[in-house]
Amino acid sequence: MTKDIFVFIETRNNIIAEVSLQLLSEARKLKAQYAQKGLNHQVVGVLPGYNVENLPATLFNYGADKVILCQHEKLKEATTQHTSKVLSDIIRAFEPDSFLIGATVIGRDIAPRVAARVDTGLTADATIIEVDMASDTSLLLITRPAFGGNLFGTIVCPNFRPQMATIRPNVFEKTEIEAEAGEVVYFETTFDETDWVEILKREVQQAKTNDIAKARIIVSAGRSMAKHLDLIKDFAQTLNAEVGASRGLVETGALGKDVQVGQTGKTVRPLVYIACGISGAVQHTAGMDKAECIIAINSDPNAAIFQIAHVGIVGDAVLILPKLKEELQKILN
Amino acid sequence: MKIVVLMKQVPNTTEMLIDKETGTLIRTGVDSIMNPDDTSALEAALKIKQSNGAEVIVITMGPPQAANMLRECYGRGVDHAMLISDPAFAGADTWATSNTLAAAIKRVQPDLIFAGRQAIDGDTAQVGPQVAERLNIPQITYVSKIVEVTSDFIVVKKHYEDFDETLKVSFPCLLTTLEQLDHLRFMNVTSAWQAFDKPIETVNNQVLMLDAKDIGLKGSPTQVRKTFTRPVSSEVKLIHGGSDEAVKAILSTLAPYIQ
Repeated sequence: MTKDIFVFIETRNNIIAEVSLQLLSEARKLKAQYAQKGLNHQVVGVLPGYNVENLPATLFNYGADKVILCQHEKLKEATTQHTSKVLSDIIRAFEPDSFLIGATVIGRDIAPRVAARVDTGLTADATIIEVDMASDTSLLLITRPAFGGNLFGTIVCPNFRPQMATIRPNVFEKTEIEAEAGEVVYFETTFDETDWVEILKREVQQAKTNDIAKARIIVSAGRSMAKHLDLIKDFAQTLNAEVGASRGLVETGALGKDVQVGQTGKTVRPLVYIACGISGAVQHTAGMDKAECIIAINSDPNAAIFQIAHVGIVGDAVLILPKLKEELQKILN
Repeated sequence: MKIVVLMKQVPNTTEMLIDKETGTLIRTGVDSIMNPDDTSALEAALKIKQSNGAEVIVITMGPPQAANMLRECYGRGVDHAMLISDPAFAGADTWATSNTLAAAIKRVQPDLIFAGRQAIDGDTAQVGPQVAERLNIPQITYVSKIVEVTSDFIVVKKHYEDFDETLKVSFPCLLTTLEQLDHLRFMNVTSAWQAFDKPIETVNNQVLMLDAKDIGLKGSPTQVRKTFTRPVSSEVKLIHGGSDEAVKAILSTLAPYIQ
């Protein structure tokens, strides 16, 4: 029987992607569920890269029992061609029971290719992963949103291994544990001589705002706020918060795609999410409903956002925000 | 040059509502639309046809009514439209879908394949890369700009979380496009009329002859165990009344989170 939960460790410039650590911590929870069924699954970090011998120590601290390290100059940066090759080869060599991959741009690029190459099932953008305690197998129940977040489906992959899933950043939390260094297994493979793709240029995006995915507090605006963004920005600045947006607002061009929250934007889990003039289509709430505290301001008392808010204000954000900012400044000074 | 554009007809998910009584999706009255990311894929192909000369072939897999979307594509200037449709293909996950699409694409032998990054109904972004894998050709996903096209290679911009890369790839290859890459042109009146007379090539499994274990619901490694809608919470504290009360309520909620 196949064993172990493998997690793809994504790195760039010798820095581990946060989502990879979040997945190790989540895999640790699955390991505990398996243990209840008498199954001894290990959490294994799969680390392709170049000059990354220093990284396994961190992986053990976030839940890895073992690390498979594959180093090659062609793995310096994750690419479709070479990373797909090494992950497929590792799957064939070790036959893991499951394989979790962060749903980053590169993760969503390589995971489908790997699943097609090793002929197994892949579930995209999972939000809940649990061991099927009712069966006597190692089956995972993988839940994901579909139809723009309007519907959730629980997906299983009963007849093929590994059970693969991608998971968006910030859906799970990373937890540091006190762990002794585990085993590092060195894996070698071969690569094509010629590269498919030639990188001509790399540019950091201009006018990059702070990353809303890491914000403690987000003040988010809906389409109706397009002409009142100054109010939103002023208030956010006073509160030392980041500005977010619904898809509707981003479609007006008033704010960039990088601050869009939701199924087709980013998933965020701040301490506080203040939704101003956002109706609360599931498309949007799928990306923010894990905030610790949700405050919603909307003039429509039947707005769907109130179904998930902790505090709902029935009123016009355009009138409320300036007063709120004024009172807030008094407190902060 | 031959260009294939993979497209999908999808329900307009932004219009979808949930029946609060039954907790199910209300699908009646929801329009079928061209998947948004696919519109820019089609426009990119049509622009290359104009600038470099190319035959543009649109391929979709779906029920017979997806032919309407293909007629619309004729109205916008494509040269050929193929509908892959067979009850045997229904219920396919991305693995089985890409097997089917790849088999159809092999009959066309294109230099370049465009697909939208992801469809708004499934949101997986998996079919493009899996088709490329089946055809054993390179892929570039999340394409935000076409920079240069020659008869042998294409240069594009790929959009990452916080940087962009300019990449060069030789044909044959597959590109998946972001909606913001381009706006799809309007239909031209003459082509729109002619679209009704253009032939739509329908391809079923008598043509593709794929093994039943590789297609449709039965050929799909993943299975849907159950579906459900989000439970509606009733914990919300709704504040009506004037701005003063609103401000007070918000400040007291925020208090624990600000220093």
